[in-house]
Amino acid sequence: MTPAELHDMLRKTQETKGYFFNTDRERVDQLMAALLLNKERYGYMCCPCRLSSGDRAKDQDIICPCVYREPDVKEYGSCYCNLYVSQAWNEGRIPREYVPERRPVEKMF
Amino acid sequence: MTDKPVKVYALSTCSHCRNARKLLDTFQVKYDLVEVDLCTGDERERAINDVKKVNPQCSFPTLIIGDKVIVGYKEDEIKEALGL
Repeated sequence: MTPAELHDMLRKTQETKGYFFNTDRERVDQLMAALLLNKERYGYMCCPCRLSSGDRAKDQDIICPCVYREPDVKEYGSCYCNLYVSQAWNEGRIPREYVPERRPVEKMF
Repeated sequence: MTDKPVKVYALSTCSHCRNARKLLDTFQVKYDLVEVDLCTGDERERAINDVKKVNPQCSFPTLIIGDKVIVGYKEDEIKEALGL
């Protein structure tokens, strides 16, 4: 699957849930390629902006779309990676703040 | 421009890490780069422990500019620490 194909497939399903791709297409394409690379490396689409343990069970919460996307988009208008964002974020109606890591430390290494 | 040592812990797949590196490259800042997801075995273990010493959250990028630690792509903070 190519990054473009993954993009089109995900866009259909995710937009209906209210999660839009960042209008920065270059960034989104890089993240699509990264998701495909992680799928190849680990067997699952681990978040490109988080270090994978290589263990699917351990990384369950950071398989994209991660479980932190909902609270992050609600609070900041964007997920941790700036991949999925709200329409308000894309349209510049809300500030584009840095999204801090919400994942509990104990889930790390 | 800083003459302080600059170290960047990053992930090869992370877009924030890419932005941080682009910023450093734009200002021709020399930095020591560790792409932790590309490390294996003891080297990976050491890298993770080094990151956790300054950033227990083990998130990326983690930048060390002199003795200042910056977690995440925070352009203004990075520029300030570099004296730009």
